[in-house]
Amino acid sequence: MNGHAKRTRSVFITLALAPAIILMTIFMLYPVLSVFQMSLFRWGGYSADKEFIGFANFVTLSKDMNFIRSMQNTILLIVLVTVVTLAFALVFAAILTRVKFLGVGLFRVIFYIPNILSIVVISAIFSAIYDPSQGLLNSVLRIFHASSWQGVQWLGNEKLVIFSVAFALIWQAIGYYMVMYMSAMASIPEDLYESASLDGASVLRQFFTITIPLTWNTIRTTLTFFVISTINLSFLLVTAMTGGGPNGSTEVFLSYMYKQANTNSAYGYGMAIGVVVFVFSFALSAILQAITKRDVYEF
Amino acid sequence: MTDTKSKGTKLYKLFVYFVLIALAIVIVVPIAWVFLASVKGNAEFYGNPWSWPKSFHWENFTSAWTTAGMGRYLGNSVFVTALSLVLLIIIALPASYVLARFRFFGQKFWNGFFMLGLFINANYIVVPIFLMLLDGDTKLQQLIGHPFFMNNLWVLSLVYASTALPFTIYLLSNYFRTLPASFEEAAYIDGAGYFTTFMKVMAPMARPSIITVILFNFLSFWNEYIMALTLIPGDNKTLPVGLLNLSAAQKSAQNYGQLYAGLVIVMLPTLILYIMVQKQLTKGMTVGGVKG
Repeated sequence: MNGHAKRTRSVFITLALAPAIILMTIFMLYPVLSVFQMSLFRWGGYSADKEFIGFANFVTLSKDMNFIRSMQNTILLIVLVTVVTLAFALVFAAILTRVKFLGVGLFRVIFYIPNILSIVVISAIFSAIYDPSQGLLNSVLRIFHASSWQGVQWLGNEKLVIFSVAFALIWQAIGYYMVMYMSAMASIPEDLYESASLDGASVLRQFFTITIPLTWNTIRTTLTFFVISTINLSFLLVTAMTGGGPNGSTEVFLSYMYKQANTNSAYGYGMAIGVVVFVFSFALSAILQAITKRDVYEF
Repeated sequence: MTDTKSKGTKLYKLFVYFVLIALAIVIVVPIAWVFLASVKGNAEFYGNPWSWPKSFHWENFTSAWTTAGMGRYLGNSVFVTALSLVLLIIIALPASYVLARFRFFGQKFWNGFFMLGLFINANYIVVPIFLMLLDGDTKLQQLIGHPFFMNNLWVLSLVYASTALPFTIYLLSNYFRTLPASFEEAAYIDGAGYFTTFMKVMAPMARPSIITVILFNFLSFWNEYIMALTLIPGDNKTLPVGLLNLSAAQKSAQNYGQLYAGLVIVMLPTLILYIMVQKQLTKGMTVGGVKG
């Protein structure tokens, strides 16, 4: 390669990479760095003066009962959504891959629909479902027991509302994870199941001794997805549906961050929350990966 | 023996059908209900929610379209989604190609740079992006007398495209890595330069991956609301933000028909797209990516 050809090569490489690198630097790298930097400052927003206060924001945070509540809510949602969605998605995926009958394709198409809807749409749909007087849920429940279901406040009751949010998140997520598990299960060779049923193993036993161990790697990967997407989607859903209310009972990590920063203009404090959530999601994913490590079965 | 067994499997199948249909109902009924509700008159919302619409109130749609501004918001959403997709492909395609198929100084570093981006979710950086654009506008105000960055659909599209870059580059460069080197060698022998080889030979070959990228990002750009809500506080809203306003307004105005008509306007494009390409979407999904 002579000097000229070498130069055109580097010019091509530079031109191809530069726009992507510039955009990533402006809209991702710089904002991420400023999250960490701002978390060390006291900054009330409209005033230009930022005061460096070290880790004082984090100290305040550890005593902020509203933040601790948002943390409890987030953890509760992560646990509920992960356990219920995982169980349902695994069972439905196993059924749809294992049992051969008419309409399998149609069920698969239907179960995936919630995943393509905007969170704003899902929040509006569930507001209609949970409406105490004209809502779909209460009107169905009234069929079973007329008086005791009169006007249950699915979104107004402080004890109940977090479970209403969890149900909407699960409704949204089942199809997505089901399709994920289905593609992992489709690669399990059929003769494993055949020899198992010849040995008299029940469907349930086959599920636990063949299906689960052979999809373990996919299940592990999706655990990280559950953590990350529950943190994000609970924020989007809560902001659109309950606004964190009533009385902070559905406040989650990122909705509290957004409120502190955008509504309260406590930017430094808000970004300190962002840092904690960031570290939390990484740590939780790492812990989950470590404790679910098994010897991978081969087939 | 065989008799009881076949009876058992029959029962099992029946049970399985029952469970599948139950879940399908839980998913389909609320969505179908919204479609029915969108043509109901306002008075009908105070009775039984399961009643069939007495007559078709198509005026719900015209009022959502014009009075609530959903028509204009739809235009904005189409513009932002299309522009973001074009920007994303134009920027990500050459970068992925070079990262996958060239050896050069700093290649490992830039690969790692884009991979790290996979861990950054847009929700974490809404606030700093907002502050950055606000700051830029204050400076522009002093310099040229009017703001530019906030309330700008072009800037919003650029933000969308940028935050989608890491995953798109990951997907496309993985695809480019699977192609044999003989294609480029043949092109070079025919006298084609780097640029021609990329445009005429390699980019067209990436079509299946490009389609996957477009499908996923169409959905995420079309449905996105927190960035649009923060960066477009003015009138130029996108569809999901418009819907958010509509459902907030509905709580006091009790204009249910208009709200559900608005919901249908937001849902319909994604549902139509999904029905057309559902096979490709669920197949492409398994290559990775986490929603939100």
